[in-house]
Amino acid sequence: MTEPTDSAALTRLTAAELAARIHAGEISAERVTQAHLNRISEVDGAVHAFLHVDTEGALDAARAVDAELAAGKQPRSALAGVPLALKDVFTTNGVPTTCGSRILDGWIPPYDATVTRKLREAGVVILGKANMDEFAMGSSTENSAFGPTRNPWDHDRIPGGSGGGSAASLAAFEAPLAVGTDTGGSIRQPAAVTGTVGVKPTYGGVSRYGLVAFSSSLDQGGPCARTVLDAALLHEVIGGHDPLDSTSIDAAVPPVVAAARQGADGDLRGVRVGVVTEFAGEGYQPGVLSSFHAAVETLRGLGAEVVEVSCPNFEHALPAYYLINPSEASSNLARFDAMRYGLRVGENGASAEEVMSATREAGFGAEVKRRIMLGTFALSSGYYDAYYGQAQKVRTLVSRDFAAAFERVDVLVSPTTPTTAFPIGERVDDPMAMYRADLCTVPVNLAGNAAISVPSGLSDEDGLPVGLQVMAPAMADERMYRVGAAFEAARDAAQGGSLVLGCPSVPGTVEPQGSGA
Amino acid sequence: MPSISRAEVAHLARLARLAVTEEELDTFAGQLDVIVSSVATVNEVAAEDIPPTSHAVPLTNVFRDDVVREGLTNEQALACAPAAEDGRFQVPRILGEEQ
Repeated sequence: MTEPTDSAALTRLTAAELAARIHAGEISAERVTQAHLNRISEVDGAVHAFLHVDTEGALDAARAVDAELAAGKQPRSALAGVPLALKDVFTTNGVPTTCGSRILDGWIPPYDATVTRKLREAGVVILGKANMDEFAMGSSTENSAFGPTRNPWDHDRIPGGSGGGSAASLAAFEAPLAVGTDTGGSIRQPAAVTGTVGVKPTYGGVSRYGLVAFSSSLDQGGPCARTVLDAALLHEVIGGHDPLDSTSIDAAVPPVVAAARQGADGDLRGVRVGVVTEFAGEGYQPGVLSSFHAAVETLRGLGAEVVEVSCPNFEHALPAYYLINPSEASSNLARFDAMRYGLRVGENGASAEEVMSATREAGFGAEVKRRIMLGTFALSSGYYDAYYGQAQKVRTLVSRDFAAAFERVDVLVSPTTPTTAFPIGERVDDPMAMYRADLCTVPVNLAGNAAISVPSGLSDEDGLPVGLQVMAPAMADERMYRVGAAFEAARDAAQGGSLVLGCPSVPGTVEPQGSGA
Repeated sequence: MPSISRAEVAHLARLARLAVTEEELDTFAGQLDVIVSSVATVNEVAAEDIPPTSHAVPLTNVFRDDVVREGLTNEQALACAPAAEDGRFQVPRILGEEQ
């Protein structure tokens, strides 16, 4: 293919392609970074994927990679020199971190999260901080205190949440890679509705040190990308044991890159795929279901053995999740007390407790207040057993459903989310409607295993992206990468290229220039 | 199942240190009532003999070696504090007038 020379064409390449060119000395990391910064200036006024763009920090990091390569050194990692958008929930030394909240507006952390440190050490270029629902509470990014992110496919629709900024940055070609966090679907659901790839690794697979805590037993950082291979490459950079996170798993990162490469061969003979029977029917958009069924047929065509699997307790996962998650959040967010960092309002002789209450009232948005009060309710004496306690038992039953299913099959599949991207504003005053966007994603968070969302196609009704979710057992993340990559290769071959290259409505989008695969 | 009254929301807000407005009490009372009655369906699951799960990864007593390492400097720790004085966090009064 002809060498892409203009800035816009560079932003269409995958992370793997960019890395190959940078490492071969065909193009500098600085130019690649500048191309993405240009793209951000061009479209982010409309998309609003970023809360902060670290222009100087990014260019410095890129120049450092170029200097090392010019000195004849080996690239620091498979992704050295490749730009990335980092969800604003990870601390970045010297760079603002807000979690999408007024209460942290202007906070500049004095330390790096482990994920941030690993990215820097790998020579990955952090372009800036991606927009998100406040403290990662939401499924639409409308709960960001700094304004919503727009879906690049349709600016009047949500990009998913909480990691809408991370996903939109990929679909708008502002970054080839992003990092998100997935507490109940916040990586996978945005990936599904933006036509990108999102991975929730096994709980404990990616360090939580420096990830501002929301729901500690569920929060998990993970990779976002436009291809399965790119996600795998990023997974291997950010994953692995961290002594600073006591829930980090002390084992090698599953061989996800090798699995993604193997999957691209398109042979799934011998792989057993289970279709979760509970995730269909009422509440599911017909176009989502037809895209899902076509995806299952594609997997069958690649040689996979497809069976139906019932996981009866999955229907109770959503209510259990919306008890456990607010309970943990109400405890974790007690740290925002107006004393050591963040906002403080209402002094003038008021007591510390009054200042605390006034500050939290002024600094937190409506969804954060709702969750804190819901968690306070679920944990209060008299209600504890019937709500939090019972939800913990349901959590056990969800894990048992997974264990039984994985006796029979290697991976489970479902739609990632019941509908395509909904219009901005449609669900903001109806919390339960918003919560139902997480219906298919929360069981994995409760059980702690792994899942990926891969674009399956466009919905018949509205032409918007649909995601295929592939779930794998804990510490067998490689299985979903293999299946996801095989599906991606087959879909791209049938459709003449990657789905996201057809993303229409961003100013400056060029026509697809052949497949990147 | 209980319904969440306006008074109950006011109590929860006090416990959670949220100085919510009268208007918010009206909104949140309605919304929390809808949410609580939806999530109360967990009680339809027969689970008396089921052990609770608090965490997906069954780890206990994870220790690191007790090694001295650098932490934040005083300056770093105070750099983003709402108020600092004499190298310490400055806080509002913590006792009432009468105490």
